[in-house]
Parts: sequence; structure tokens; C-alpha cells
Amino acid sequence: MRLEIAGVSHSYGDLRTLDSLSLAGEAHGVLGLVGPSGCGKSTLLELICGLQDPGAGTISIGGASDGEGRLGRCAFMPQSDLLLPWYSAIDNAALALRNRGMGRRQARGTAAGLFERFGLAGFEASRPDELSGGMRQRVAFLRTLIAGKPVLALDEPFAALDAITRAEMQEWLAAALRTDPRTVVLVTHDVEEALYLCDRVAVLSARPARIVAELAAPHPRAPERDAAVTAPEFVAAREEAMRALRDGSR
Amino acid sequence: MRRWLLPLGLIALLLGAWQIAASTGAIANALNLEDFLVPSPSEIAAALWENRGLLAENAWVTLREILLGILCALIAGVGMAVLMHRWRLLRDAAFPLIVASQTIPIVVISPILLVWFGYGIGPKILIIALFCFFPITVNALDGLRSTDPEAVKMMRSLDASRWQRFRRVEAPAALPSLFSGIKIAVVFAPLAAVFAEWVGADAGLGRLIQSDLANYQVARQFAAVFVLAAMALILIGLAALAERRVVTWR
Ligand SMILES: Nc1ncnc2c1ncn2[C@@H]1O[C@H](COP(=O)(O)OP(=O)(O)O)[C@@H](O)[C@H]1O
Ligand SMILES: [Mg+2]
Repeated sequence: MRLEIAGVSHSYGDLRTLDSLSLAGEAHGVLGLVGPSGCGKSTLLELICGLQDPGAGTISIGGASDGEGRLGRCAFMPQSDLLLPWYSAIDNAALALRNRGMGRRQARGTAAGLFERFGLAGFEASRPDELSGGMRQRVAFLRTLIAGKPVLALDEPFAALDAITRAEMQEWLAAALRTDPRTVVLVTHDVEEALYLCDRVAVLSARPARIVAELAAPHPRAPERDAAVTAPEFVAAREEAMRALRDGSR
Repeated sequence: MRRWLLPLGLIALLLGAWQIAASTGAIANALNLEDFLVPSPSEIAAALWENRGLLAENAWVTLREILLGILCALIAGVGMAVLMHRWRLLRDAAFPLIVASQTIPIVVISPILLVWFGYGIGPKILIIALFCFFPITVNALDGLRSTDPEAVKMMRSLDASRWQRFRRVEAPAALPSLFSGIKIAVVFAPLAAVFAEWVGADAGLGRLIQSDLANYQVARQFAAVFVLAAMALILIGLAALAERRVVTWR
């Protein structure tokens, strides 16, 4: 589903966060947002998802530009995994199904199929605090995916992980999106992560955020991550993004 | 083992010292009292056994007042907390009043309550509930407000209705705090019950303690205090047990 952001501005009281941003995301494409911390990335994601309304400008998803319409089309994965500690892993993953009125058994059955597919088999009944960081992120992603919305909004999904786990999870997400393509908006402060996972990456400036650069990624979601991120064209794109990020932070 | 043995050992030591001091008449002599005013633990135990029927009857009266009082406070307190959480306006209006109402000494208004509502179980339940209402309401509201706003956003994005958000996120998040309130209430309730019975009652442990005092039945009075303390301890234990059964994720 196509995402269109046109002239969007936003502020929290006197704190201006977004300054007439315009951006577009293709259907089934992954749009990356990178920017310095505190520049308004999470805020932009919440605006996209219809969790807040912009002060000015319009955001439309598949033609729907009202908050309720966007809320119905987006699944939001917040910055911390936010697995509910009173539910098992599978009940966390199945939350959207339960919210839609599906019975517990049926919801678990549906989620169980995906647990297999996403390398979580055997952890269905685990409590969130028994899972490793990577596992928790997988469950949180699954919870977002199971909602069945056309657009996934992911807020720094791997920021809390160590470098090795993060690289693994990036490959895992790339594979998941190859088999189940969705329109994705991915927020991250990691330029390499953005260029590996996304088709296009928008670099935001410090607050109030505006767009300093838009780049096309050379090898989006390549099966061989290590080869892809060391290819000369990837390194060049990364340098360009870093330069834009530095310029925008000043 | 050690956790139980050491306090038990200390209790045995204290009881032994008391037994010797009381049975030799040392305490009575020191305080210049008649011997029967200073019962030894063995005399109290004997009074406990001889009056077991009477004590059980009165304990049941008090226990019923306590349980019903806590139940009323629980229903009113949780209800009030939920309403104040749902409607900001109500919270801003009512919360200061609830806090301020703590300065009203229930002790002083109890006789009035008795005049209004008579000498039945009603005013006792009301007095106990008044004591317990505050800790339950304040802790329940605190718990509800401790919900992570991000979790609420996540649930909205997963199509949760307001009721589902309450049921699946806010209510479980509030439970640990609610139990803290219940545990405080359970500590207060027996005191409140004794107090309510002192103001006017024809049965109950508080009433028995009062009349025994007037009749110099000191051994039986101690026995009644013992029963009351045991009852309070059991209630606290039950509350802690219930917490452990319900809040399994802590
Ligand atoms: N609910 C809020 N009320 C007021 N200020 C906020 C709120 N949420 C975020 N902010 C502020 O807005 C700015 C942008 O926040 P955020 O969108 O979370 O940035 P990012 O995700 O890029 O780190 C930050 O300075 C933050 O402190
Ligand atoms: Mg953020």
C-alpha cells in the first residue's frame, strides 16, 4: 500500500519536531528513516500510524488520510519490545487476533504456525523474561506481522541488541520480508541497518526534522548480508548517508 | 529453615522469660499488682483452651466484619480508581478530596455512624471499609497510571478496543500495586474491627476484650488478643498467597 507524506509539521507545545516533511513509500517497499536521536523519528512513525495527528500537512496510506483510516492500515512496533509479562510468548504474538475477537485456542493455533516459520518453535509457552533479546524482538515482530495490516511501522527494532545478534536479526528480518513482502517504514539510527534492509532511505536532520537526503539502497535485503554490506557501492552509499547525517546534525 | 527457626527460637525465649517472670510473681511485685492481673503464658493458654467455644464464636463475628469490610472497600476502591483513571476530570475533582478525607479521624465520627446506622453489623463494615478504602483506591489508581503509554499505543495499533486495552494491559499492570494496597488494608482491618466494636457491639473479639478488661478477666483478654493477632496473620498470609497466585510474572 502506498504511503504519502506531504508537508507534515508537528510540535509538542513549543517543541517543534517535524518541519514540513514530504516523503513517499512504494507499496511493498521498505522505507528507511534515519536521523539523530531525539529528532522526531518515533513521532513521525506515530503520525504515520494514526496514533497522533500532524499539526499541518497530510499523511495518506492507500488513499486514507484520516487518523482512524491510518490506524486501521498500520501495525506499530514500538521502540522497546513491550512484550506483556503476564502473557506467554505465543499469547503476546497473538494479541491482534484476540483483539479482533478470535478465541484463545484458535489464535494460538494461528500463531503457532508462524512460530515454526520464524525459528521460535518450542518457545510458545515461555514467559517473555525467559527469552533472549533476539527472541523477544522476533516475538514482537511476529505480533506486528500477525495483525495482518498492509503497513508495518517498526521503531528501532534492533537498537537494544548486541552487534552480532543485531546482524543476525537483520538477516532474519530480510528473509521474513522476502517471503512475506509488506509495505514497511523502518526507523533506525544505524545507517548500515537502514541501507541493508530498506529500498530507500531518508536521512533526517536534527530537530525540527527535515529531509537532508534520500538514497536508494544498492542491494536491499540481499541473502548474503556480509557480502552485501562490504560491496563498494554499499560502502559508498553508507558514506554518503553518514555525510548527510553529519550535515543534518549541525 | 533458618528463616523460620530463628524467629521461632526468639519467640520461645521471650515466652519462657515471661513464664518465669509471671509465675514467680516478679512482674506483679515490680508493678505492685495483684497476681491475677499478670497472667503467665501457660495461664493464657489455659484460658484459650477453656474458652475456645466463646472465642471461636466471637472470632467468627469479627472475621465476618473484616471480610465484608475489606470486600466493600475493594469494590468501592477499585471502582473509584477505574473511574478516576478513565475520566481525568473526575480524578482532578475527587482525588484531592480523597486524600484530604484522610485527615478526618474515623475514630471520632464512628459514634455518629453508630447513631445513624444502629448497632448491627452494618456500621462495623462501614468503619472497616472506610479504613481500607484509602490504601486500596490510591494503590489501584497508582497501578493503573503506571501503565506504559507505549503499550497502550501498541494495543491501539493492534485494533484493541478501550475495554480490551483495559483488560489486557492496564488491569494486569495495576495488579501488583493493587495487592500492595490490599495488604495494607488487611493489616488495618482487624484494628478497625476492634475499634468499631468498642464503639458499640454485643459480640466480637473487640467487644470481648473490652468487657474482659472491665471484669478483670485478664487471662481471657490476652487469649482474645492472641486469637485476633493470629487471625490478622492468617489474613496477611492469605493476601500474600493470593498475590503470588495472581501476579505470576513478578
Ligand atoms: N509526548 C511527548 N511530549 C512532549 N515531548 C515529547 C513527547 N514525545 C517525544 N517528545 C520529544 O520530542 C522529541 C522527538 O522525540 P522522538 O520522536 O521520540 O525522537 P526520536 O525517536 O527521533 O529519538 C524529543 O526531544 C522528545 O523529548
Ligand atoms: Mg525514537
